[in-house]
Amino acid sequence: MKMSGEKAVRFGLMLLAFSSLASLLLIAVFILKEGVPFIIHYGVREFLLGLNWQPHKQEYGIYPMIISSLWVTIGAMLIGAPLGIAGAIFLNEFVPRTVMRIIKPTIELLAGIPSVVYGFIGVMVLAPFIRAYMGGPGLSVLAASVILGIMILPTIISISTDAIGAVPNTYREAALSLGATRWQSVYMVTIKAARSGIVASIILAMGRALGETMAVIMVAGNAVRVPHTPLDSVRTLTANIAMEMGQASGMHRQALFATGVILLCVIMLLNGIAISVVRGGVRRK
Amino acid sequence: MRIPPRYSQILAVGLMGAATLLTLLVLVFVVVFVLGKGLPAVNLQFLFGMPRDMGRAGGILPAIVGTVLLPLVAIAIAMPLGVGTAVYLAEYTRETRLTKVLRFGTDCLAGIPSIIFGLFGFIFFVVMLKMGWCLLSGGLTLAIMILPTIIRTSEEAIRAVPNAYREVSFSLGATRWETVLKVVLPNALPGIVTGVMLGVGRSVGETAAVIFTAGSALRLPATMFDSVRTMAVHFYILAREGISAENAYGTAAVLIISILLINLATYGMMHRMLAARTK
Repeated sequence: MKMSGEKAVRFGLMLLAFSSLASLLLIAVFILKEGVPFIIHYGVREFLLGLNWQPHKQEYGIYPMIISSLWVTIGAMLIGAPLGIAGAIFLNEFVPRTVMRIIKPTIELLAGIPSVVYGFIGVMVLAPFIRAYMGGPGLSVLAASVILGIMILPTIISISTDAIGAVPNTYREAALSLGATRWQSVYMVTIKAARSGIVASIILAMGRALGETMAVIMVAGNAVRVPHTPLDSVRTLTANIAMEMGQASGMHRQALFATGVILLCVIMLLNGIAISVVRGGVRRK
Repeated sequence: MRIPPRYSQILAVGLMGAATLLTLLVLVFVVVFVLGKGLPAVNLQFLFGMPRDMGRAGGILPAIVGTVLLPLVAIAIAMPLGVGTAVYLAEYTRETRLTKVLRFGTDCLAGIPSIIFGLFGFIFFVVMLKMGWCLLSGGLTLAIMILPTIIRTSEEAIRAVPNAYREVSFSLGATRWETVLKVVLPNALPGIVTGVMLGVGRSVGETAAVIFTAGSALRLPATMFDSVRTMAVHFYILAREGISAENAYGTAAVLIISILLINLATYGMMHRMLAARTK
């Protein structure tokens, strides 16, 4: 009797363990079910490479949004990645443990600030600054990149710090005993040993930047067009979904779900790469 | 020309130190800016008053209630699922192909952006299950969103319970489930609570996934099937539609203070867990 109870518990727990996988599949199925028929009906080429997004004229081309998302994400990485990795190295290698134990959680608080607050700061402080000193409408690729670059810093710093902290001390000691300065030991040995974790942090941060919605809606300006300079106003894939979902129906709504399909595919690809990079790094060690 | 190693070190450390300082300054600036602009608007009437004129005047009580209720619903759903999953992975199975697939699913779910959760919650809970924009739709959507966090932190906490504890329990004739309930989970509790708090923090700050599933009604909800508006959504609507900058700042200040408090509590909890582990 007791044993069969144990078996029931094991079975019940196993069912629970499928909850996250089941949710993932459910999400994929429902987004695909709403979006894919539209893409096939409208035409893959026309949808991905179409220059016009005019729902009232039944035109649904998302090419400008794809390029805009790309610009904004790359811009965010250019700002966030160097700062984040520099911060992670500095905190691990050149700062006493006690100081790091205060600074790291402080930086992780950055992750807790809601994206709408970052967006609002972008609107109130950054956009007027860009408008006054660099020209353009202010709400632009540049503003979105800076805000997103700041938002992904905690992701990069926290994952990279863990990766760098996991490099055995003997590696550093070996480099130092050969006469390397601390900095030489960092860039010749430590960074190389922590490479997989650092790369994973960058890829995950890229996924976050690409998927961020509310902050981008607020600061990117939302004009549907292919940007020519970083000062142009743009609309990203995520912003397009969130802005029009409220009043969309029929074809239009399906087109928004189709935009979600593209977003989901790219992000799953990025996640897959990040996960396999981490796994590969673990296997080597 | 080669720069001597000693100088390149000074240069590199200087640059990296500046980068770290810049990061910290940005954090301090964001918090100080919002609190500085927002706190003057915050008083008891603001906190406990009903909004008037779409939030242009009056208080934010419904938004505060929404911000408390929605994460509670999400946690009530996600915690049994997440902790159950963690117990299964850590106590009831070895590393097999199945656990690898389950872990991969969890990792993928963690990387999905919140707007996709919003789309899914809208089409599945709101439209297909005909639940409408409501507390329950929003709670279910957020529950899925925070599930990976709870699974990971709980599993880590469960694995950190020393094996000797389990062996003592087994030697007294306890079954595996009795051991889990009476020995493992109580010892892993601080870690599990940490994961839950991280989930609460994320739910409180979330906008994209909430606005399409819980709606944005500025009323006090009476049942699970009423629409609610969280502080993050309220702030977004006030700021985006230019309804009231003053009240937007006030809401943002309350929001940031709540999130800082949640994160500080979480950090304290984590600290206690780490201290207990090294003892």
